[in-house]
Amino acid sequence: MLSRTADHLYWMSRYIERAESLARLVDAHYRMSLLPHSGETLAQSLGSTMTALHMEEAYREKHETIEPRAVFEFVSLDRDYGGSIFSCLRSARENARAVRGSLTSELWETLNSTWLDARSQAARRSSRADIGQFVEWVKERSHLTRGVTIGTMLRDEAFHFTRIGTFLERADSTARILTAHQSDLLPGADAGVVPDPYQWSVLLRALSAFEVYRRVYRDVITPFKVAQLLILRDDMPRSLLRCCKEVYTNLKSVSNEQSAETERRAGEMHAMLHFTRMEEITASGLPHFLESFLAKLRDLGDRIASDFLVPPAEA
Amino acid sequence: MASQPYDEMYLKDDVGRSHYQRYTRWLNDQPAERLAQKRAEADALFHRVGITFAVYGQEEGAERLIPFDIVPRVLPVEEWIRLESGLKQRVRALNAFIHDIYHDQQILNAGVIPAEQILCNSQYRPEMQGVDVPGGIYAHIAGIDIVRDDAGEFRVLEDNLRVPSGVSYMLENRKMMMRLFPELFSEHRIAPVDHYPDVLLDNLRSVAPTGVADPIVVLLTAGAHNSAYFEHAFLAQQMGIELVEGQDLFVRDEAVFMRTTQGPQRVDVIYRRIDDDFMDPLVFRPDSMLGVPGLLTAYRAGHITIANAIGTGVADDKSVYPYVPEMIRFYLGQSPIIQNVHTWILRRKEDKEYVLAHLPELVVKEVHGAGGYGMLIGPAATKAEIDIFRQQIIATPERYIAQPTLALSTCPTFTDTGLAPRHIDLRPFVLSGRDVTIVPGGLTRVALRAGSLVVNSSQGGGTKDTWVLES
Repeated sequence: MLSRTADHLYWMSRYIERAESLARLVDAHYRMSLLPHSGETLAQSLGSTMTALHMEEAYREKHETIEPRAVFEFVSLDRDYGGSIFSCLRSARENARAVRGSLTSELWETLNSTWLDARSQAARRSSRADIGQFVEWVKERSHLTRGVTIGTMLRDEAFHFTRIGTFLERADSTARILTAHQSDLLPGADAGVVPDPYQWSVLLRALSAFEVYRRVYRDVITPFKVAQLLILRDDMPRSLLRCCKEVYTNLKSVSNEQSAETERRAGEMHAMLHFTRMEEITASGLPHFLESFLAKLRDLGDRIASDFLVPPAEA
Repeated sequence: MASQPYDEMYLKDDVGRSHYQRYTRWLNDQPAERLAQKRAEADALFHRVGITFAVYGQEEGAERLIPFDIVPRVLPVEEWIRLESGLKQRVRALNAFIHDIYHDQQILNAGVIPAEQILCNSQYRPEMQGVDVPGGIYAHIAGIDIVRDDAGEFRVLEDNLRVPSGVSYMLENRKMMMRLFPELFSEHRIAPVDHYPDVLLDNLRSVAPTGVADPIVVLLTAGAHNSAYFEHAFLAQQMGIELVEGQDLFVRDEAVFMRTTQGPQRVDVIYRRIDDDFMDPLVFRPDSMLGVPGLLTAYRAGHITIANAIGTGVADDKSVYPYVPEMIRFYLGQSPIIQNVHTWILRRKEDKEYVLAHLPELVVKEVHGAGGYGMLIGPAATKAEIDIFRQQIIATPERYIAQPTLALSTCPTFTDTGLAPRHIDLRPFVLSGRDVTIVPGGLTRVALRAGSLVVNSSQGGGTKDTWVLES
């Protein structure tokens, strides 16, 4: 397939996945904001999340202080900020439109009507009360998009590049959310210290892991197990291990003459997570681990771009 | 306008033409609410599917629907058969003409057409002189605009031989009608059109460079901001071929390749939807980012087919149009089956004098204008507008032609105040390759403003489904 087509498909699915991740984050914090006495924890969590997502600077240009409703509004619907959910939906649709011939018509129509609806919702909004509804809707549309992708697309290169985009973005998002909460996950936080239930609920809900945790561990929530679930569980759909496994297998399916090294690095990331124990990660320090993971992920993204998506010009 | 336009549906008040009888009976039985609801449904569907065109000169990314009217334009099969043979004849002659112009120029030597009018035309491409193209076909896809005059006669208004568009609306309109009113299709025998993409692909493959067993065809677009992008994406998808932009292609050793995720892949046929000027920055406009540097070299070497060929514009220019009936006689030895609209050529002194004396009755067109721009419709123009054209004609008469104001036929159309007659035309798409083929019907365009004769979508035109009705 055309490199440019693969590039648009890859970014289309990254943007949809990003919109969903942001919607989960807003949703988790929004729920927290409805609870009594959550003020300080909420502000702290929002602050560290915005830092981990590199959103703070753009936000500060419009607002002086981190005020939950302003943040929700900004992250969800700001038209000027390229990183808002609204902008992600627009970018997903623009990328889809550029290659609509390579998509199934169901997938194109899903992305197109998501964007048309988002636009009219943004234009219609009068009160700020329905932000919860909006992010709920974004999650539903993302679920629908994923379902249509898996349910209608031929299992060819187009599909694999779409999946690579999804899982690279998801790995990135999980790693950043963990980064925002790394102070709660530090070793020693298990004994004696009573973990803040609000914090946990935000972290777990943002990764759709709240119910999963209960099901897997049938136990009180401890930082060690939370980290283990989100980093090393193979059966947890948003864990780093799971995402790396998906990136690796999809990458192998599109392999070309120059992509051997990229595949090797993806395989290495997967193997590292597969054979590591949580104790080793905490021993060398979670912040260090996450930082180096994000750096490798970036490198992988760059390599995929130059091997497949934007190959250097021919002489 | 002196005479009454031909009404496609009614013979006289309330008496339907025979080929419309079943439809009008059905229409009279439909409750107004049902039709209103169906019209709203059509709009919503077109939006969701994204059947839009970008509007130039408006904010980037502005997309608009082309209004779709739910009342079909019906042609009885006997009329179509005659029209079809006339169209095939015309396009055969046009292809023969372009081949001749870029080879021996017999028609110029015979004095049928003044040589300077062709060779000094900006659409004449000297780069094409002596170049052989597969099958001698230049205009692989031709959109011939047909109107019906007050006497009920079909006439050719214009030949579009460069990158004619609109065929996707023909296909989508049919799909929409079948979705909205399936019962009409079981009650009528309507010739199908949805095989157009197959015919087009087969046609494009048939003109691949000689010796290529399994030709790779691509569709070259200017990109997502082009006004006809929807159509480009639609046709590429329907044919199962790659939709490429100039940046996706490159030329190496006089051959064209596309950049794919598996490395360079050879391309044999380019169905291009950008103008000659932008095709190769090394030969034409050097600032073009849309084309492929070196493409003309590969083309002249016979390693790639470009459809339509470079240089077809020399045959669809409005100053050349008046000579098409002569071409039919000259190359085919036949008399034209479909007539032109009478045309005054203003470079001729006596024509110019007549036109200047009759401006308020006539339509004056700029020779290079397109899309309904650069045009004076005398009866609808103000005195000031007429004076401006008068000055321009006196200054540069060779830039203009004039035609009588035609009473284009009308077809009932939904308007804000109910059904009312509106002027229409017809653009059939004629495909030339191994054979000449036409999918029955074409795109019917309708001028939605009362009395307006301008059917172009950029100027408030809409479209209708077009039925060729087997009795």
